[in-house]
Amino acid sequence: MDLITPGFGLVFWTAITFLCLLFILRKFAWKPILGAVEDREEGIKSALASAENARKEMQNLKADNERILNEARAEREVMLKDARDIKAKMIADAKGEAQAQAAKMIEQAQTAIESEKKAAMAELRNQVASLSVDIAEKVVREELSNKDKQLKLVESMLSEATLN
Amino acid sequence: MTLSTFKNLLFSILFVSASVAGYASEDKETTDDKEFNAKEMILHHVKDAHEFHIIDVNEKPISIPLPIILWTDNGLTTFMSSAFHHDDSGHHVVEKNGMKFVKLHEKIYQLNGDANEVVFDEEHHPTNASMPIDLSITRNVFMMWVSVAVLLLIFLTTAKRYRKSDDKLPTGIAGFVEPLVVFVRDEIARPMIGEHKYKKYMPYLLTIFFFIWINNIFGLIPIINGANVSGNIAFTCTLAVFTFIITTFSGNKNYWKHIFWMPGVPVPMKIFLMPIEIIGMFVKPISLMIRLFANITAGHVIILALMSLIFVFKSVAIAPVSVAFSLFITVIEIIVTAIQAYIFTILSALYFGMATEEEHH
Repeated sequence: MDLITPGFGLVFWTAITFLCLLFILRKFAWKPILGAVEDREEGIKSALASAENARKEMQNLKADNERILNEARAEREVMLKDARDIKAKMIADAKGEAQAQAAKMIEQAQTAIESEKKAAMAELRNQVASLSVDIAEKVVREELSNKDKQLKLVESMLSEATLN
Repeated sequence: MTLSTFKNLLFSILFVSASVAGYASEDKETTDDKEFNAKEMILHHVKDAHEFHIIDVNEKPISIPLPIILWTDNGLTTFMSSAFHHDDSGHHVVEKNGMKFVKLHEKIYQLNGDANEVVFDEEHHPTNASMPIDLSITRNVFMMWVSVAVLLLIFLTTAKRYRKSDDKLPTGIAGFVEPLVVFVRDEIARPMIGEHKYKKYMPYLLTIFFFIWINNIFGLIPIINGANVSGNIAFTCTLAVFTFIITTFSGNKNYWKHIFWMPGVPVPMKIFLMPIEIIGMFVKPISLMIRLFANITAGHVIILALMSLIFVFKSVAIAPVSVAFSLFITVIEIIVTAIQAYIFTILSALYFGMATEEEHH
């Protein structure tokens, strides 16, 4: 029966000892130990989270880069196309203008030639007229140097007139 | 497991190898005046004692005296247990502060009035003596304090290691302690109490876990002469009472509702369940108390009984069998030390968890 009857002395000392032990360990052991463990777990958790964040950020960056690259590529395409278009247009424009210019120049040249020709013709006609007048004068003077010839001419002329 | 049994065993083997005849005559001499009583020996080792008995040399006991503290009608009285001169039969009277004390079966009696010696009745109970309140530093109290010193040494060193290191990594003894602390937290407190409330109970759970475990282990060390602290019902009773007090004071509305007016059952059932639940409230800590006490005491009893076989049969031939079996039991007991500490802690945590559980629909 002694075996299963709690003795007061041991209950008393166990209670006191246990409470003291609980107090001391709680303050000087469990708090720092659990604190350290929790701190470390927090650290690991946050490290994992930041690694995950970094990974995501990296992915975002990569996606961004890809996007920017694609955009740049598209822009380059557009720019090249534009440049090509502009070139073609410029060439076409230049061609047109040159043609127009050339046509105009040819026309001007033609007009100039025409007017020169006309002037030359007029001059030539004048020259020819005066020359022929001169020649005629000379011929007439020669012709009419004797009486016979004068008569002959008159006659011929008259004959002609009569024929008409 | 006790040293004296081991010592006796060793002596027996030694004597046999020296001289069989000599051993036989000596054995006869010792058994003649005192027949070996296994029950007495086992109970003596399992129970508490007022002195720290180590061994007997030449029939003279060698022991460490421990202070005896008595709260008598005349106030506090203290003297060393050596004053009794190892007498446990109530014959040696110690006079102190005008009061007379005797020790009988590890209990201190104060003789009434002018009596000079104890008078026994037929059942060998003293008739002319009363029992003062005994607050002695007994063998168990002493060993408990040794265990506390060891616990403080281990855990304060661990805490210091954490405090000193910047990276808070478990090195040295912390590497040994931390997994155990984390085990109590993650395998006992968290699943039993719940993520939000477990922190409040951690110091208590950790303390009882290690306190019980180390005392269980100390009980297995033969040199300490079977200091059976955690196998003493006073020890387990005190711890169970602490668990009961904490459970009762952390009980929320939901807990008390489940005890006095069980929700979700018809009214007659509620009335029927109420006394059962109220009994259950007390049965839980009582089961804690008995489980630890019985498991540890039983272990000690088995080991001692196996050792006693040698002396019961008075034959050395039985010694190898006894040693083999008690070694086997001791190994099992080493596992039991941890298991019982774990069970006490996990059940305490479970009760706290039940007391703080929120109502869920």
